Amino acid sequence: MVYDVIVGGKTHRLELERTEDGWNCRLDGTQVHVDAVLPRRDVLSLLVDGRAYEVKREQSATDLHLWVGSTRYGVELRDPRSLRSRKGSALDEKGPRKIVAPMPGRVIRLLAAEQAEVEAGQGVLVVEAMKMQNEIKSPKKGIVKKIVTAAGAAVNAGDVLAIVE
Amino acid sequence: MFQKILIANRGEIAVRVMRACREMGIATVAVYSEVDRASLHVRKADEAYPIGPAPASESYLRVDKILDVAKRSGAQAIHPGYGFLSENARFAQACADAGVKFIGPTPESMEMMGSKTRARQHMEQAGIPFVPGTARGLTSAEEAEKVAAQVGYPVMLKAAAGGGGKGMRLVHTRTELRSALESAQSEAQRSFGDSEVYIEKAIVNPRHIEMQVLADEHGNTVWLGERECSIQRRHQKVLEESPSSIVDPEMRRRMGEVAVRVAKAANYTNAGTVEFLVDQQKNFYFLEMNTRLQVEHPVTELTTGLDLVHLQIRIANGEKLPFSQSEINIRGHAIECRIYAEDPDNNYFPSPGKITLLLAPSGPGIRRDSGMYEGWNVPMDYDPLLAKLISYGTDRQQATMRLERALYEYFVTGIKTNISLFQRIIRDADFQAGKLDTGYLDRLLARKPDSGDGAHAAEPRIAAIAAGMFAVLDPGSAAARDGNACGPAPVTSNWKQKGRQEALR
Repeated sequence: MVYDVIVGGKTHRLELERTEDGWNCRLDGTQVHVDAVLPRRDVLSLLVDGRAYEVKREQSATDLHLWVGSTRYGVELRDPRSLRSRKGSALDEKGPRKIVAPMPGRVIRLLAAEQAEVEAGQGVLVVEAMKMQNEIKSPKKGIVKKIVTAAGAAVNAGDVLAIVE
Repeated sequence: MFQKILIANRGEIAVRVMRACREMGIATVAVYSEVDRASLHVRKADEAYPIGPAPASESYLRVDKILDVAKRSGAQAIHPGYGFLSENARFAQACADAGVKFIGPTPESMEMMGSKTRARQHMEQAGIPFVPGTARGLTSAEEAEKVAAQVGYPVMLKAAAGGGGKGMRLVHTRTELRSALESAQSEAQRSFGDSEVYIEKAIVNPRHIEMQVLADEHGNTVWLGERECSIQRRHQKVLEESPSSIVDPEMRRRMGEVAVRVAKAANYTNAGTVEFLVDQQKNFYFLEMNTRLQVEHPVTELTTGLDLVHLQIRIANGEKLPFSQSEINIRGHAIECRIYAEDPDNNYFPSPGKITLLLAPSGPGIRRDSGMYEGWNVPMDYDPLLAKLISYGTDRQQATMRLERALYEYFVTGIKTNISLFQRIIRDADFQAGKLDTGYLDRLLARKPDSGDGAHAAEPRIAAIAAGMFAVLDPGSAAARDGNACGPAPVTSNWKQKGRQEALR
């Protein structure tokens, strides 16, 4: 198995090969012996040259994070042989930007109307969840092209609320 | 003794009260809203009854429905927990009228303490020290400007019926006053159904220290030591400890005696908490009395060795306090972390959702009062408090070390929690030195987190190895499903999987 693993923006080449007593692991050309057990889903017990680590996996629809001890790492795993994984997902800073609900809640009120000009960081609407009201802010300076929700609407995490261009 | 108690609450506090009941051989009755059928408190109860839709105003705040369940189930007493109806004098009165014992103070005491302005009028008569300001609600913006000019800026606007920071505004200058007053009033109206707001001089960088009291129905009142609650965010407590680093035995005794005087002035019975603001010269001012069991009561339970819920039930049963003030010993140190469903990467915005993994700490000196479990869907309709992690040690240092160890063991995903925040607090030099005030947490969060220490330098490499091992050992999981970002496309065939593992493809 060969992977490109991006940890905190840095790409590592990882080669894994099963042996009789674990895994031979080449990380950026350096060889280490790894023993790995999955005691339960999302928890990995790793022995790397005798040192023990418990690694926990946290995944959402869009990201993968691994916790080594109490440090959290954003991780991306790519199969270098796969064409799909080579396509970059470069974010376009120009053009329209979506404002999405950070988590489930209810839209309490709108702070900007369609076609209104907003500054980066200006509140566009207010979402309430768990007794907290929170302003959802515009990610960029521009014009509110579309508001795709209304006051009183229930929203799920990741729902598009408005588009700013 | 009561044979059956209804717990008019949900989440960790309902579970905590049920535990005490079970210990005392008392049957428990849970109530739950539509979204709480699978909540832990329903699972832990002896009986459970639905009381309506998710919004609290249609379920947990419905006096009629709760009393109806009490009647149907034959519960002889109701424990209100904290929040919801716990400080609602009308509810306490309705319980009395229905012949059900309310485990808490009388409606009259609650009434007096429930309105901050009325409490202030009474307590000023009893000679309790106060922060300068008005003892009654403001009637106009002009009046607010006048009072603010008298006591001097900055001033604090507060909802008379308030709590939990709702309807509170800090105002630095005259120009901000009018709009702050309007928003405080409208928030107070929305949150408490009462728009009364009063004004106080704002004490700069105060500490928030509170004193636990217990009073039986025979005129005996004792204090049980202070809790340092200065670590707050949006006026919500985040971490509490006892004892406070600045309170010595002499100051503790003085605060305790004032707290007992407050309780006696209100004819107070059962468990209550007297909150003080403490300025930099260690002057303390009466802030308010919370007429209920507090979220942070375990801290006092650990340092006194008492069980406050047992005692609440015994007091409500008409028993005398089984000890006098001189028999209460405070020893050791306890620290509580409030584990909230909040996203640290998104300005601590609430984060409801399904808990997919929960690894819980245990071991020496660790207590965990929790309302969550793995697989539970945290509803979006209520307060984000999930659990409390409390550590105990012979001194503050040991309590802190144990807490840090327990936080290291604690892991929750699926939703976001503020567990990492406590790791930051514990490592902070000001926390370690006990240099705290109510602005502490905002200052800490305004700084960038330190970028980790040298001991963990090798760990990005461990994360990289782990990412590969996860993909190999658990290829069918969600992480591997997204071929674009997280590894191979879904492996459907064992042949293909085997081939890949052996790199034969």
